[in-house]
Amino acid sequence: MEATSRAFKSNVDRALADKTLQQALGLARTGFPAKRRAAVERLPEFEALREEGRRIKNHTLEHLDFYLESFEAKVRANGGEVHWCRTPAEARETILGLCRSVGAKSVTKGKSMIAEEIALNDFLEANAVVPIETDLGEYIIQLRHEPPSHIIAPAIHLLKEQVADAFRATHTELAPDRPLSEPRTLCDEARQVLRPKFLAADVGITGANFLIAETGSSIIVTNEGNGDLTQLLPKVHIVLASIEKLVPTLEDVSTLLRLLARSATGQEFSTYTTVSTGPRRPGDLDGPEQYHVVLLDNGRSAMLGTEFQDMLRCIRCSACLNHCPVYGAVGGHAYGWVYQGPMGSVLTPQLIGIAEAGNLPNASTFCGRCESVCPMKIPLPKMMRHWREREYEKKLSPAAFRAGLGLWAFFARRPELYHRMAAIGARILGGFGRRRGRFRALPLARGWTSVRDMPAPQGRSFQSLWAERQRARMPRYH
Amino acid sequence: MSDKRVRVGLFVTCLVDLYRPSIGFAAVKLLEEAGCLVEVPRAQTCCGQPAYNSGDRADTKAIARQVIAAFRGYDYVVAPSGSCAGMIRTHYPELFADEPEMFNEVQHLAKRSYELVSFLTDVMGMERVTARYDGLATYHDSCSGLRELGVKEQPRRLLRQVAGLRLTELPGAEICCGFGGTFCIKYPAISDKMVTDKAAEIEATGADTLLAGDLGCLLNMAGKLTRRGAAVRVRHVAEVLANLTEEAPIGAPEGVR
Repeated sequence: MEATSRAFKSNVDRALADKTLQQALGLARTGFPAKRRAAVERLPEFEALREEGRRIKNHTLEHLDFYLESFEAKVRANGGEVHWCRTPAEARETILGLCRSVGAKSVTKGKSMIAEEIALNDFLEANAVVPIETDLGEYIIQLRHEPPSHIIAPAIHLLKEQVADAFRATHTELAPDRPLSEPRTLCDEARQVLRPKFLAADVGITGANFLIAETGSSIIVTNEGNGDLTQLLPKVHIVLASIEKLVPTLEDVSTLLRLLARSATGQEFSTYTTVSTGPRRPGDLDGPEQYHVVLLDNGRSAMLGTEFQDMLRCIRCSACLNHCPVYGAVGGHAYGWVYQGPMGSVLTPQLIGIAEAGNLPNASTFCGRCESVCPMKIPLPKMMRHWREREYEKKLSPAAFRAGLGLWAFFARRPELYHRMAAIGARILGGFGRRRGRFRALPLARGWTSVRDMPAPQGRSFQSLWAERQRARMPRYH
Repeated sequence: MSDKRVRVGLFVTCLVDLYRPSIGFAAVKLLEEAGCLVEVPRAQTCCGQPAYNSGDRADTKAIARQVIAAFRGYDYVVAPSGSCAGMIRTHYPELFADEPEMFNEVQHLAKRSYELVSFLTDVMGMERVTARYDGLATYHDSCSGLRELGVKEQPRRLLRQVAGLRLTELPGAEICCGFGGTFCIKYPAISDKMVTDKAAEIEATGADTLLAGDLGCLLNMAGKLTRRGAAVRVRHVAEVLANLTEEAPIGAPEGVR
């Protein structure tokens, strides 16, 4: 997917002017947090679980090489195959090779952000393999030729009327005057259209919420059951996952699952939690003949041992997006690449470079709401600040901003000079503004006054008033 | 002559120093009422957040060293801001994590540093104030104070002691107002959206007064409220608690009360 993170500011302007998007975001802004809060309040040990989740993931990351190799050995022992891919290109070629090996014409897909990360759909299509998204949200945005705007609710930027329009434009074989005003009818129609495609697909590709080293299993959680049909019906099941999805044991996964659904949708558990362990065994009633795990690195191993290692704890629950006031204002597409919100603002610069994605970690007030709801206790604001440090070191931030900051720091490091300047500044600004109490416009502060008034200072600096008061209180000897 | 009072170094904060000294004097009054001896070290300017949040670690550290030196020897360091107190309390230790020789001194300062209102209640045990303020007020929880320092109930508890003041809760009080330091200048469009939503929620409460504990957020919200023509008086919580409300509210013309 072509990144537009560099154009973040114009993406933002477009998003803020888009009335339908704002309406859709308004619904999401209140819904997700309320559901999460209710779920958390029902579980007294939630805080303890967060600490346990953090510990499990930290332990795994400290020994990731070991767990990856254990996982591979188990998958092989179960009759499956593991494909190690360093780059998106290697992963795409591997998947295409697997599709071609069985002469695949169409593949069904469960929801996978890694597939978005490696831009799999476009690649398969260009190579005469038709990819069919089976998650309802993903299906809708595939019809509309747009990327997901949210890591777990890819079509959250749309209203149901827009979904109906997309269905009418695509499902031309159906009666044009059919009613499509209710979510139920939209869902039924997608189900009806997708059912034969499930049956016809030669390969099913899913992501993985977790990979279990102990058993060589992959786990997906869904609310639609589409993942199960995707991976059970075709001859070949390909699991596409990044290396940080590893978890040592089934016991560990059950802890993380308790955190995941509550943090994501406020459910105690997702509707379907599906554990896949290898291909169909003799005597099994169903299941794929082949089971492949395509393991993608794409820069993740380079995060180990750096200030960004904690980010690899992320379980993609989306709580940080759902509670982020910036995401809530502009939606996911403004971020300009695959991942959105606070987790995207930390991950994207790693994956496509800070020069391209520098805006993302800067566009945060550091309000800290993301970190406060993160089930893995990832210090997201801290890591966004680390990106700003890298940017500053590489002199990538705007020159005028750096110059202003440098000038400010020059005074801030010289208290006596600073106090004289502050006293003068307070007098001038106060003198001009005190009568009205505010400035409607101020030179050098247009970023502020273009959207709000600048309250006027009272006219004296605290330090100068305090010095006067101290002099007045002091006994005089001369 | 020995003074047994708790010695507090007031961290004025750069915004209070430049914009609104009355908040500083309100802080001094409250601290003195709580039994503290208050001093204001002159070698302070700012806590360093503008540099810190812009990725400029070298200047941040230089400013932080200055703060550490200026406040050596006080029993406590108190700031009328959750943001600046949070910087000293939680971020200074991170900043010097790679300098073990600084560890003791930074930890010592961090543990003694407090946001004003929570210091009054949690450390000095203040339970009542003698203040009067006639109005219906609502309170915005500034992010750093709330999430870094756990300032939530303390200001509400003391505000309930103010004669004439009624408090109504602000829906979304814990959601950022869109100030974010340099954020509001770097991304004015997003900041505008956030503060517009905030102003609308404040107006919808019907409150005639907005209070909060951080001047940055207050300047942002006051600026938006006056731009929208809303008749809401905006003040720092310390002004009301200290009964120092002669000065015009933030953003209001001289002479207004």
